[in-house]
Amino acid sequence: MITIESLTKRYGAFTAVDHVSFTAQPGRVTGFLGPNGAGKSTTMRVMVGLTEPTSGHVHLLGRPFAALPNPGREVGVLLDASAQHAGRTGREILTIAARTMGLPKARVEQMLDRVSLTEEESGRRVRNYSLGMRQRLGIATALLGDPEVLILDEPANGLDPAGIRWMRDLLREFADQGGTVLLSSHLLHEIEVIADDIVVIGNGRIVAGGTKQELLASTGTLARAGDPAVLAQALEAAGLVTSVADGAVFTDADLATVGRTAFAAGIPLTELRTADGAGLEEMFLELTAESQRDHLEGAAA
Amino acid sequence: MSTATLDAPVVAPRSRERAVPEPIPFTRILGVELRKMFDTRSGFWLMASIVIASVIATTLTILLGDRDELSFDSFAASVGSPMSIVLPIIGVLAVTSEWSQRTALTSFTLVPSRSRVIGAKLVNALVIGAVSMLIALGVGALGNLVSSAITGNDAVWDIPAWTFAQIVLANELGMLIGFALGLLFRNSPAAIVGYFVVNLVLPGLSGALASSQEWWRDNAGWFDVNQTRFLLFDSKLTNEEWVQLGVTSGIWILLPLAIGLWLVMRSEVK
Repeated sequence: MITIESLTKRYGAFTAVDHVSFTAQPGRVTGFLGPNGAGKSTTMRVMVGLTEPTSGHVHLLGRPFAALPNPGREVGVLLDASAQHAGRTGREILTIAARTMGLPKARVEQMLDRVSLTEEESGRRVRNYSLGMRQRLGIATALLGDPEVLILDEPANGLDPAGIRWMRDLLREFADQGGTVLLSSHLLHEIEVIADDIVVIGNGRIVAGGTKQELLASTGTLARAGDPAVLAQALEAAGLVTSVADGAVFTDADLATVGRTAFAAGIPLTELRTADGAGLEEMFLELTAESQRDHLEGAAA
Repeated sequence: MSTATLDAPVVAPRSRERAVPEPIPFTRILGVELRKMFDTRSGFWLMASIVIASVIATTLTILLGDRDELSFDSFAASVGSPMSIVLPIIGVLAVTSEWSQRTALTSFTLVPSRSRVIGAKLVNALVIGAVSMLIALGVGALGNLVSSAITGNDAVWDIPAWTFAQIVLANELGMLIGFALGLLFRNSPAAIVGYFVVNLVLPGLSGALASSQEWWRDNAGWFDVNQTRFLLFDSKLTNEEWVQLGVTSGIWILLPLAIGLWLVMRSEVK
């Protein structure tokens, strides 16, 4: 369980993370989605105490990270798979981590096996690793202490489609056993494939959050009328959130609600259907584009 | 612990009975940090260079020195000079490699208390410094025996225990300067250059200043760490000189160490 409350990080005048609050639940894989520079990595660094927040706090399993007596045994972390001494072998990197956590040597072998790094590969120096191998090694380090929580920053980077599938299964299994997983990505399809819950961040602020089904469903309904602005106004008046694009009005509401509202307002619809095929991608682009507009508009919505 | 208040539908997680892990003891951090100083090729050869440099220096002394005049002091001096370079570099790299190789990310995530990690590195650096000096002087002593065997003269052991201790101290102080600079800069080239400026450039400047300025000539000992530190190698220090050593160590070692530690505690690890 990860609880983030009103987390803010400012660098001078620049606000990298702006009152971010969300919860990653046990038994679920939570995807942390946002374009590059949205504040994902900063948020994750704050979580594990590598960056001091300006305000707000993060609790892992009910405690701040620094209060965990042996963090590796409770929270597995992979922030940057390339942040390893290039001259160490993969096996040595795991051995150091295992020793720090006070784990038996056999655990290293188990983890190498778990992430499918062969005997020969584990004896190679990390400078000769591909990004995919580094990610596997990073995952192995994170899983080493048999933690309850996993925090992974862009873990699917550098993995091929088979690797992404492998990671999905691995994280699924981890969550099914009661673990909490938080993973970030700037790629929608990764998150769509892996996550149960999704938190979307743009320009340091959370712009959407919920289960994957909710967010997919909330791309909702497409409606057209003679004058889209009038239709949008009528729907807004009924308390629905709308956006207009290409002469079509998009809302979160279901078909019946939109139809009834238009009928009540006396607006003849020329088209009414679910915004199918929109997927998470449209939502993502929409949401992140919105966060790039000025704040007044966001506040009005 | 499988209950949680949720607004999202959640598959009830299988509850796992988990023991609360024991805190990480300092001795374990010490052991891990020591291992990290040896487990890369560069680290290993840096350590090996202590032995190699001692052997080369000793061999050269036997081959090139005036063998009838050689004593333990000659060997100590010749193994001492490579040590005064290698040990501070070890001190620097013990700290800076975490940043140059970005391993700090892992180190400080596994042990969030950064002062414990830095403390472990400091203890290890000092122990390695002391052991290195024993090895270097041991190799020198061997050289002294070999030299006397060649010449047939009795080996001359002209380094009393207190000088021996002072030489070790002088090198430990050099190592501490390197360590402190490493903390300050967190960048290997900058810290190493910084050490050479302190160790090689500043004494020259201080000497030049002393030759033109009487006040500095009389009082430099209170400010110039090298002036008293270099005395440790071959002379018995007066009480005043010991106090000067303490004062200059405070300025050149403790102060940068404290500032560096403060910076490391506060800095963002990326």
